[in-house]
Amino acid sequence: MAELLPVILALTILVSGVAGAAILTWFERRLLGVWQDRYGPNRLGPLGIGQVLADMIKLLFKDDWIPPFSDRVVFIFAPTAIVVAMMMGFAVVPFAPQMMIIDVNIGLLFFLGMTSLAVYSVLLGGLASNNKYALLGGLRSAAQMVSYEVFMGLSLMGVVMITGSFSLVDIVEAQADIWFCFTQILGLFVFVIAGIAESHRLPFDLPEAEHELTAGFHTEYGGMKFAMFMLGEYLGLMLISCMIVTLFFGGWHSPISLGDGLPPFFWFSFKTFVVICFFVLLRAAIPRPRYDQLMSLGWKVMLPITLVNILITGAVLLWMEGAV
Amino acid sequence: MLSELRTMWEVLKHTFTKAETVEYPEQMPYLAPRYRGRIVLTRDPDGEERCVACNLCAAACPVDCIALQKDTREDGTWYPEFFRINFSRCIMCGMCEEACPTYAIQLTPDFEMCEYDRQNMVYEKEHLLINGVGKYPDYNFYRVSGMQTASKDKGEALNEERPIDTRSLLP
Repeated sequence: MAELLPVILALTILVSGVAGAAILTWFERRLLGVWQDRYGPNRLGPLGIGQVLADMIKLLFKDDWIPPFSDRVVFIFAPTAIVVAMMMGFAVVPFAPQMMIIDVNIGLLFFLGMTSLAVYSVLLGGLASNNKYALLGGLRSAAQMVSYEVFMGLSLMGVVMITGSFSLVDIVEAQADIWFCFTQILGLFVFVIAGIAESHRLPFDLPEAEHELTAGFHTEYGGMKFAMFMLGEYLGLMLISCMIVTLFFGGWHSPISLGDGLPPFFWFSFKTFVVICFFVLLRAAIPRPRYDQLMSLGWKVMLPITLVNILITGAVLLWMEGAV
Repeated sequence: MLSELRTMWEVLKHTFTKAETVEYPEQMPYLAPRYRGRIVLTRDPDGEERCVACNLCAAACPVDCIALQKDTREDGTWYPEFFRINFSRCIMCGMCEEACPTYAIQLTPDFEMCEYDRQNMVYEKEHLLINGVGKYPDYNFYRVSGMQTASKDKGEALNEERPIDTRSLLP
């Protein structure tokens, strides 16, 4: 039975991940509506939740068209890559004590690696489409994701230094007393921004940038292949939110001296939900920067902040150990 | 940075404001009495067609969606033999209403004329004609104009002087 648990959990994550991403499309539209003083989809079913089903049916029955001028194999491979990579990323997320698929001692690195693999999806999708808009989108995403990858990893080094481990379970347990969002505030700031850029959501959705590039890298995609890209994007959003909660907001720990009777999984999912709402708020509020602004923000602001963060964290750690 | 945070706070405050949406089919939006919607042909207070088929509306129409043909009744009054408006072309500009000398053609605050078949957007006279006077309840063109009809001679219209017998002016 104990060996079966990860398998059951993996299947649960697969199903709930896909369902969650589908519901998230509806939830995001409703929430954007709230903040933009309108309703959003509210016709089908209670609160418009039937919209999810309607969208799925529509996408399933669309013509699964592969452009004759495209690179066929890569074109089909690209949308699957992002979904597989994001799903793999969930393998190391500790939802609650004992409630994770695998607790590897390099969990954090595994997560970073998996999110990095998602760039292939966007890049190959843009390349294989043989379309100038798609190519530009793929080009942008390659530059954006590779450069934001650098300090996404570096911003987490502070957390790793304090914990002394790459294992996500150890990181969560190290936050039993104080969450890293207080001690690693710079790291949190950089990681959130890098996370948005990594999952290329608004305001950093330059690979798509519908005003300039029609739909960016998925211009030529339709039907279920397009749905796979969307699924991957929303999975990425959920994964980044899970990781922010795990790394900076205490994972399954409940806020100090409050509601101890609630299960750890509740706290984890509640915090993740709040972070997702925050991402939607970013989308509702912040306009998209220009491409060069994005790159200069990354290299000229984010990277120095990260390095300063590592410096301060290291210095404080050494000082507390009494080494200096 | 500060401006971004302020923007986010301002947007967050909208959580508690009411949506502006008018949920249309259940909740009708307010349409002003002079809203320019579906075109009708009105009748005078006596129940006769007001349109005298002068073609001014068709001439004024910027998209040429009005077509009509003049005919004469036995009493000498004019009326359109057919009157056709192609609403799939009509842009509801109201210029036909401004051009009309007899207040016959009028725009109403109604816009719900969706059709699945484009041909159904072409309205004939029997579709356009209403049993009412529209915006000008007392106006009857043939009663105020000097035009001679079977029931009304020259000079018998409202506020009209008798025609001057030019020979009586002779010295």
